[in-house]
Amino acid sequence: MSGRVAVIDYGMGNLLSVMNALNRVGVQAELVNDPDRVAEFDRVILPGVGAFAEAIAHLRHSGMDAALSDFVGGGRPLLGVCLGMQLICSRSEEGGEHQGLGWIKADVRRFDGGAGLKVPHMGWNSIDIVQPHPVLAGLEAGADAYFVHSYRVIPNDPSDVLATTDYGGPFASIIGRGHVIGMQFHPEKSQDVGLRLLDNFSRL
Amino acid sequence: MLKNRLIAVIIVLDGKVVQSIRFKHTNVIHYDAIHAAEAFSSWSVDEIVVLDVTRSPEGRDRFPEVLANISKYCFVPLTAGGWITDEAYAQQLLRSGADKLCMNTIFAKDPELVRTLSRRYGRQCIVASIDVKRDAEGIVRPVVNRGREFVDETPANWARRAQELGAGEILFNSVDHDGARRGYDIETLRQILAVVEVPVIAFGGAFTWQHLVEGIQAGCDAVAAANIFHYVEQSTKKAKSYMAEAGIAVRREGRFRPNPSPVQ
Repeated sequence: MSGRVAVIDYGMGNLLSVMNALNRVGVQAELVNDPDRVAEFDRVILPGVGAFAEAIAHLRHSGMDAALSDFVGGGRPLLGVCLGMQLICSRSEEGGEHQGLGWIKADVRRFDGGAGLKVPHMGWNSIDIVQPHPVLAGLEAGADAYFVHSYRVIPNDPSDVLATTDYGGPFASIIGRGHVIGMQFHPEKSQDVGLRLLDNFSRL
Repeated sequence: MLKNRLIAVIIVLDGKVVQSIRFKHTNVIHYDAIHAAEAFSSWSVDEIVVLDVTRSPEGRDRFPEVLANISKYCFVPLTAGGWITDEAYAQQLLRSGADKLCMNTIFAKDPELVRTLSRRYGRQCIVASIDVKRDAEGIVRPVVNRGREFVDETPANWARRAQELGAGEILFNSVDHDGARRGYDIETLRQILAVVEVPVIAFGGAFTWQHLVEGIQAGCDAVAAANIFHYVEQSTKKAKSYMAEAGIAVRREGRFRPNPSPVQ
């Protein structure tokens, strides 16, 4: 039973892309901006493009942070995408120090750049699996996904890293703790690879 | 490692896909924009750019719907451009499925709008379309307003200015090379690559797969073409195979099968 997926609409990001991708893999999804409705769903996707501070402020102001905490506390699967992955971490240094939702103990720090390393990290890059997880089912070694980001997640506990990607050294491109998953790239923009990951998430 | 990208550009006039030769758009290619996007998306293209070349600003009203339809079949990044002159229209394009906005004339006419959009949506969302053309003295200079008005700058300075205003990427095109089948304007591209830090996409003039390779070898992060991809089955897939054989790191594809059973 895959159940229904809530895609959290908090005024950030290209939500149509996420909805189109879920539709393509046959998942029933709905945009949700009312925190009181989150509990009706079996799964949540927290998308996001934009700045960390503004996004976390939106979530707190609307009470969505508490609704999502209850959801995750109930053991149901949540997927944070791009900025959404950073929001589920402890804190970010983007635009000053800001506290995140804290479900995965990790810091969000800017890429150092330099040595020909362009920031943002933008384009297709390979995902190297570090440990098996049902969300990675069917993913072959070196599969490429589409990234656009200037900050990356550094988990305190290496066992939360499911996959890494190399950009001036390896960084965590997929993280997971229990049923909370984060993907730094955009699965909704990563063709077959991304569609399969979304399909896998809908089966967790 | 980060891959070099192959980008298909779809040029849309009144909802139809057209060919572009020296920025003139006369030949309608006989399928609609959705079919083109769907084909490229399944032929392992890395990104799609859709440019609306409708002749009057009033005609732009139909474009968001065309874009929304394309986005249903496009699971790679989608960039939209043409007639972006205000914040409301920019937002409408993003809500219609665009991931990035491609802008040209407003870099000259309304630089504040570029700054505003870059702050609001992030630098990664802003693609500066930089077109060049040889003037009466034979000097290559930037042009805006669909190749009609010269900008009093060198291409390199114009590109640097675009980056300063908040562009996260540059889509380079040359009026003289567009549709001329002799490859990109590598010389001008090199001048731009020497002064900007953001990724540069070569566009305008590619007629063979080797032209694509030359663009990457010149230092571009990505290469784009429009006309040549429309007439060959599996065009973008073949182009990428050629690039891979030439030693260019391109995205691997077809490595991921769907789950065997549908979601219950």
